[in-house]
Amino acid sequence: MALLQIAEPGMSAAPHQHKLAVGIDLGTTNSLVATVRSGMSNVLLDEYGHALLPSVVRYLPDGKVEVGHKAQAQQSLDPQNTIVSAKRLMGRGISDIMDIAHLPYRFVDAPGMAQITTRAGVKSPVEISAEILKVLKIRAERALGGELTGAVITVPAYFDDAQRQATKDAARLAGLTVLRLLNEPTAAAVAYGLDNAAEGVYVIYDLGGGTFDVSILRLSKGVFEVLATNGDSALGGDDFDRRIFCWVLEQAKAPPLNAEDTRFLLTRAREAKEWLTDHMEAQITYVLTSDEARGEVINLTLSSGQFNALTQPLVSKTLSAVRRALRDANLTVEEIKGVVMVGGATRMPHVHLAVAEFFGQDPLTNLDPDKVVALGAAIQANILAGNRGQDDLLLLDVIPLSLGLETMGGLVEKIIPRNSTLPVARAQDFTTFKDGQTAMSIHVLQGERDLVSACRSLARFELRGIPPMAAGAARIRVTFQIDADGLLSVSAREQASGVESHIVVKPSYGLSEDAIINMLQTSYASAEEDKKARMLREAAVDAERLIEAIANALSKDGETLLDVQERLAIEQEMKQLKTTIQGNDARAIQTATEALNKATEAFAARRMDVTIHQALTGKNLKTLEI
Amino acid sequence: MAEFNQNHFALFGLPEQFALDSTSLDQNYRRLQSEVHPDRFASASPHERLHSLQIATQVNDAYATLKNPTARARYLLQLQGVDTQEESNTAMPADFLMLQMEWREAIAEASEAEDIPALEHLLKTIRLEAKVLQEQLHIALDENKALHEASAAVRKLAFIDKVRADIEQAIIKLED
Ligand SMILES: Nc1ncnc2c1ncn2[C@@H]1O[C@H](COP(=O)(O)OP(=O)(O)OP(=O)(O)O)[C@@H](O)[C@H]1O
Ligand SMILES: [Mg+2]
Repeated sequence: MALLQIAEPGMSAAPHQHKLAVGIDLGTTNSLVATVRSGMSNVLLDEYGHALLPSVVRYLPDGKVEVGHKAQAQQSLDPQNTIVSAKRLMGRGISDIMDIAHLPYRFVDAPGMAQITTRAGVKSPVEISAEILKVLKIRAERALGGELTGAVITVPAYFDDAQRQATKDAARLAGLTVLRLLNEPTAAAVAYGLDNAAEGVYVIYDLGGGTFDVSILRLSKGVFEVLATNGDSALGGDDFDRRIFCWVLEQAKAPPLNAEDTRFLLTRAREAKEWLTDHMEAQITYVLTSDEARGEVINLTLSSGQFNALTQPLVSKTLSAVRRALRDANLTVEEIKGVVMVGGATRMPHVHLAVAEFFGQDPLTNLDPDKVVALGAAIQANILAGNRGQDDLLLLDVIPLSLGLETMGGLVEKIIPRNSTLPVARAQDFTTFKDGQTAMSIHVLQGERDLVSACRSLARFELRGIPPMAAGAARIRVTFQIDADGLLSVSAREQASGVESHIVVKPSYGLSEDAIINMLQTSYASAEEDKKARMLREAAVDAERLIEAIANALSKDGETLLDVQERLAIEQEMKQLKTTIQGNDARAIQTATEALNKATEAFAARRMDVTIHQALTGKNLKTLEI
Repeated sequence: MAEFNQNHFALFGLPEQFALDSTSLDQNYRRLQSEVHPDRFASASPHERLHSLQIATQVNDAYATLKNPTARARYLLQLQGVDTQEESNTAMPADFLMLQMEWREAIAEASEAEDIPALEHLLKTIRLEAKVLQEQLHIALDENKALHEASAAVRKLAFIDKVRADIEQAIIKLED
């Protein structure tokens, strides 16, 4: 095998054309989109110059959907059709939503993910989030002047599998290709670390509108290694607002509020909170409109001291999570080189102070806490899309919550501990307990507690097609794989017979494939033609990606790793696929794509062998050049 | 993938022993992941992406095994064909049993009193105890080749790991 390969003129792939890729911070309160241009990560602005898109979606009487500032301005007037903070509902059932009594929505009483009745029909948080993503996609495509290759979408590090899957589904509904789900604190670390050439162990403290994350990372020569992460996916600025809101209700002895008053007062509470960041007291004034209390005036003064006392328990909660993360990383406060503050809610002085006190050092705030996540995501998107640049950047993230299986007596047996570096997998053997049993059910959970009832149910897997045998004779090996996005997939095989078991997944809080396809179809329901055109385009995009990947691989390793015949066979399939793309038969394109993919199986394995060999011996091309 | 199926120590270019050069382990781990991680194959063919996922998973598994002293010792013994019998062999020397009882009582007391600092302190004590056992393992495995003795130490360490997890659980419960 040659170590140095010099491409002959005309043999290398077409000069790398710049791929359009973006990073999207899909926030509880605000969303952003950023991209790397001429080596610099920039947030993209809308036509009015706004970087932040309020994560507010309103379904209008005329059937249109409004997203952002306009929707936000109307939220108190049309609270039931204007959804804010939909992110808090992603991958959650209504029984999980603690503050449901205070939310001015009409929830649908059904198992699975929470859904809201609007004048545009029943909407799941996935569809609502997709509306936000669509707006950002259009913003990006306008600014960049072309179709996007793909996007990196950020999620709270503490999001569980159901919440991550919901985010990915939302992107799919919005017509985005997800290059990767990236944890928000990790994205922030990338932006901060590259900007400041930071090396050592850093803590990212991210308190946003709806979620709190803390991640501890070791930064070393372009490798960002998450050592531990912790948090609370239902703790953020919203909860500080709610404390003020409850305080107001208590002080004013107000009767039960209607939806409009609730939304108005929550907004007043938020304004007061933000005002107190720079002032000693805030005035809260509001005239109630409900039938029971029409005309009643609320007029209260909240001092920053009172506010701090009201919300101290929330701040303490974040510090408990920090302590847990430190413990998991086996680190003490003294070993932390810097603490990076992320998220709008870290502007609150008492939060800043508490963090400074805890770590015995002033936290770093030199990057805009609203934008740093999107900026970091854009950098990663640029790399994943294959644009040249920060080649050496590598992100090693972890699974935030342990993965377990239900065992006898409602107990959970952990199979993958929290903070395991991704990707990670575990194989577990199961056996049948009845003669001739051909199916069994596995319940997968995520969480730290021992009881099934105290963990989150992810999914139930039904294994079918087990060959009938005597009780205890079948040995089914089930492999749980978690990929770099933190998403779970499961495969199963009966060991003795080698029979692949068929797996039927029932996600506890997710959307089924059918439901998603349904949503996709209704969103493109205008005409049957649209649906066909979309299928065709998706197939063509997939095919082109594969052709490009194979062409690159051939130009690099085709000479050394393939004999003439093998190479011809691959080129034959490639030609075939190229011809098929010209036509308009989506099915035929898929078949030809699959054929090309199959033809390169051995080639892929050999290339991987070479990669590993080079990695093991350290003799890769990069080091040889020096 | 012949090269890959070698043992974990060889994978990271380390000698097969309990004493660990953790700087080399960390460096070689990062270098390996830099080559095989799925993010390096984002625009590769589906087959290559699948290979990369599997290999990166194995590299992580190997790294986690070597990084954790209990798992490392267990793995070394396994390479020598010794089963540590952590499930079946629960016989422990009397003094270790006494220690266990003391810890359990301390956890119960501190949990009862909702005394998180006491639990944190207990964690530290137990970590020291683990250090002593790890030192014994080093001598047993690297110097004396006393595999039986090493096996017993692994069983004790596995037990200590469980106690640690229980203390952490107790703290999490109190903090909730
Ligand atoms: N000056 C300020 N003082 C206090 N709080 C502020 C200030 N500015 C913004 N906030 C709060 O920050 C929160 C929004 O932060 P951010 O935009 O980082 O959240 P997000 O990214 O949308 O949410 P998440 O990351 O949780 O999904 C809101 O609760 C907002 O009230
Ligand atoms: Mg955020």
